[in-house]
Amino acid sequence: MPVPAHLEFFIDPNRCIGCQACVHACSECDTHKGVSMIQLDTLQRSHSTQTVPVVCMHCDSPTCAEVCPADAIKKTADGVVQTASKPRCIACNNCVLACPFGIPKMKDERALMMKCDLCYDRTSVGKKPMCATVCPSGALTYGTREEIQRLRPRSRPLNQFRFGRQNINTKVNMMVPRDAPLERLDVTANMNESDQPATVRIAIMDESIKVSNWTGSDIQ
Amino acid sequence: MAELPVDSQSIIKHFGPHLAFPEGKRLDAGVEADRTVKTHCCFCGQQCGIQLNVKDNQVIGFEPWTEFPFNRGMLCPKGVRRYLQSAHPDRLTTAIRRDPNAEGGFSPLPYEQAIRESAAAIQRIQSQHGNDAMAVLTGASLTTEKTYLMGKFARLGLKTANIDYNGRLCMVSAAAGNKKAFGIDRSTNPMSDMLGAEVVWISGANVAECAPITTSYVWQAREQGAKVIVVDPRITPIARTCDLYLPIKPGRDVALFNGILNLMIENDWLDHDFIENHTVGFEQVAEHVRAWTPARTAEVTGIAERSIRQAAQWWGEASTSYLLHARGMEHHSHGVQNVLGSINIVLASGRIGKPNCAYGTLTGQANGQGGREHGQKCDQLPGARDISNPEHRAYIASVWGVSPDDLPAAGVDAYEIFRKIDQGEIRGLLSICFNPKVSLPDNSFVTRCLEKLDFYVAIDFFLNETARHADIVLPGSLQEEDEGVVTQLEGRVIKINPAVEPPGEARQDWRIIQDLARALGRTHGLTFDSPRAIFEELRVASKGGVADYSGITWEKVEQNYGVFWPCPSEAPDGTPIDHPGTPRLFQPGSWNPVAKGAGPFYFPDGKARFNVSTYSPPAEDVDEAFPIILTTGRVISQFLSGTQTRRIGPLVDQYPEPRLEMHPRLAEQLGIADGDWATAESRRGSCTLRAQVVSTIRPDTVFIPYHWAGAKSANQLTIAAQDPISKIPEYKVCAVRVIKAAGPPEYALELESQQ
Repeated sequence: MPVPAHLEFFIDPNRCIGCQACVHACSECDTHKGVSMIQLDTLQRSHSTQTVPVVCMHCDSPTCAEVCPADAIKKTADGVVQTASKPRCIACNNCVLACPFGIPKMKDERALMMKCDLCYDRTSVGKKPMCATVCPSGALTYGTREEIQRLRPRSRPLNQFRFGRQNINTKVNMMVPRDAPLERLDVTANMNESDQPATVRIAIMDESIKVSNWTGSDIQ
Repeated sequence: MAELPVDSQSIIKHFGPHLAFPEGKRLDAGVEADRTVKTHCCFCGQQCGIQLNVKDNQVIGFEPWTEFPFNRGMLCPKGVRRYLQSAHPDRLTTAIRRDPNAEGGFSPLPYEQAIRESAAAIQRIQSQHGNDAMAVLTGASLTTEKTYLMGKFARLGLKTANIDYNGRLCMVSAAAGNKKAFGIDRSTNPMSDMLGAEVVWISGANVAECAPITTSYVWQAREQGAKVIVVDPRITPIARTCDLYLPIKPGRDVALFNGILNLMIENDWLDHDFIENHTVGFEQVAEHVRAWTPARTAEVTGIAERSIRQAAQWWGEASTSYLLHARGMEHHSHGVQNVLGSINIVLASGRIGKPNCAYGTLTGQANGQGGREHGQKCDQLPGARDISNPEHRAYIASVWGVSPDDLPAAGVDAYEIFRKIDQGEIRGLLSICFNPKVSLPDNSFVTRCLEKLDFYVAIDFFLNETARHADIVLPGSLQEEDEGVVTQLEGRVIKINPAVEPPGEARQDWRIIQDLARALGRTHGLTFDSPRAIFEELRVASKGGVADYSGITWEKVEQNYGVFWPCPSEAPDGTPIDHPGTPRLFQPGSWNPVAKGAGPFYFPDGKARFNVSTYSPPAEDVDEAFPIILTTGRVISQFLSGTQTRRIGPLVDQYPEPRLEMHPRLAEQLGIADGDWATAESRRGSCTLRAQVVSTIRPDTVFIPYHWAGAKSANQLTIAAQDPISKIPEYKVCAVRVIKAAGPPEYALELESQQ
């Protein structure tokens, strides 16, 4: 059966605790046992514990498939961009270089590009993807848009991205703060006369991010 | 004679820790499981539901269990990879005996012979030095049935007063504080009550790394409007996106709570009706906290005064709230005072015993809750009864078919057991589920004590660092090789189900204990034929106690995804009832066996107690010679002393070795860069680790995770100061100095990261 259209995938980096449960669980999946198709990015550990889990965004027009000279990457009718087909993949790395999200990975020992296929073996039989099932913080969620709107009023799903002149719509959504007051960097904020806390130096999207940029000014 | 039989390198070579990775049928995608077993994780106190896939008596993987209500399929990396502890190459499959001539220091011996020799050695010690010369150390990762059996075996089988458990390192400050304030020791509400709370206050709890699934409740509460306040010396992942972060100086929590209560009184953010009708002792506490002005609180806690005022206002003005704490404020020489301080601000708010109004502690171990209820603590009998209380003794003696005079008196706490070994009073030791050589503070003292023992028998599935000192090691069972109940952090009793049989000569721990009793010729009350039979007796033994399990059956637990205790079998008038369990304590009009209807709290008058909570500095404050605070804790991919998790390859890969975490400002003063080798030194020992330079920790504090052994152990440095009431050690504060190391330590060349 196809992956149900009413179920969607949501990434909410604000909730990520960097635990790597998703990374471990992904590599336990039957279709690619021992290899994780998900990646956890640590942004800048020297200043924050912020981490971001990265799964395939499953683009409407997948760049990886468009640049594939061997036609090894298929998008199924239910919108899932599949991992490269073993008989076709020539391990040329075109997809690895072209994907604007940096998703496909070349597995040299297998001479094969592998990437997240939205746990097709699970989602096509009505289950949730493994990572979104185990994620203990809700940073990865699989459910309906109505559910996410009801349960996460502070943020909203976004699935349109722009890379240079390329506009990309994706099946996977990124949760972004609903209220995102943009505080712009002002040179005075960084000058000696300022009595502002150092956090203002950084353009912030959300009140909560102030915390992550704590530099000791809260200490007495 | 309990010195290491051969050098530790040789022991490690034979017994590990070595790493297990998925391979064979665990990696082969085509393998279908024979069956899938619904059970729970073997690690932390949340006890997430999980399904284990089994093939040919081997756990080959897992499947999320989405129906279990607490975690709904969620797992942390330890839960995902826990199956790799099963069928592990380091697994003890026979009994082994200390043998300096064997390459690994131990040689196998037949199980029955090991039991006979252990019993003979125990008898020898007890006939020469008295029954109390034999001590028992147990643990809170055991099922409740096993903890009950260990308490009974110590008192009836060994007739010793000296049994204590590793919860002494974990839950005792919370337990003591809870009993003083509420008369009962349990989190008050289910975690789901967090959703809808207006304020979530988290003190000394690295929720994201130590209770990862609880994060989903915190984040969801926040989505629903809660303001999240986190009090911690480090910006842990839960602090990263909180609404108010209070960077407290380690060891100053009670000062903060006193300061908050003072502001609550000053601004009249009080529930006068609740204080008047349901509590006693408010006036003395109010008088005490008057000295805790915001300025003094800021000075002592190291938190900006404006942040303290903001926290007090959010807490004071809320109409619903959830306060959570954990070891961060409990692991102190005044841990109980910290706990009492936190309870005072809860009681003053009146926000308890109602939906979305909760107070709770995050338990550390699988059975951190149940393991502290049924008699493996030195001063306790089943049902959370007191071994010094004549009525309690009489009831348990009647259940056990002995005279109350036959029950030993209260023994001493786990650390005091080592001091008594040092003094020669205790000569023999039986340990299970406890690795004190890694987990107790000032562990070179612990090693010295182990070396003094006349006889030491350990029960374990792997040869942990402490058991390397044993004369005999009996091969015990993994969690998935036995069954029974545990009680998770909400007070929910849940069922552990067996997935596989123990390999070789290994067997279930309850069988081993009873085999020892048989060989000692002390079988009275120690001839259970199954964990279920133990549970049935535990129900009777707990009946009428504060921790009443008498109305709980294994079937009821499985049918309801757990049952919250207390769950009595009879109504107050003695008529049998089918009690549904008690998810939320202290509801108005609720009955309990202590107050007998006088009120919801577990005191004769039914009222909660305010307790004056006194601040005192840490036992070892910083000075010129040791100017930096050391605090210790966990990382997400490791668990406790690492006996299991340091053998699971993918978990070790995630965070291979401990790092010395410090702020860039401190690192700059010390001339240390990220990744440099640095030595932390206390009055007790030193430890050389790679530095991790991060601005997410106070500049006056360094942090080391404690899961590693030997030269990498944080507990070489920590201090054995203990809380006078709870006897918990002060893991969270001691004084160190830090210098840049000249080069890598010896172990870096000799040992793998997990060893």
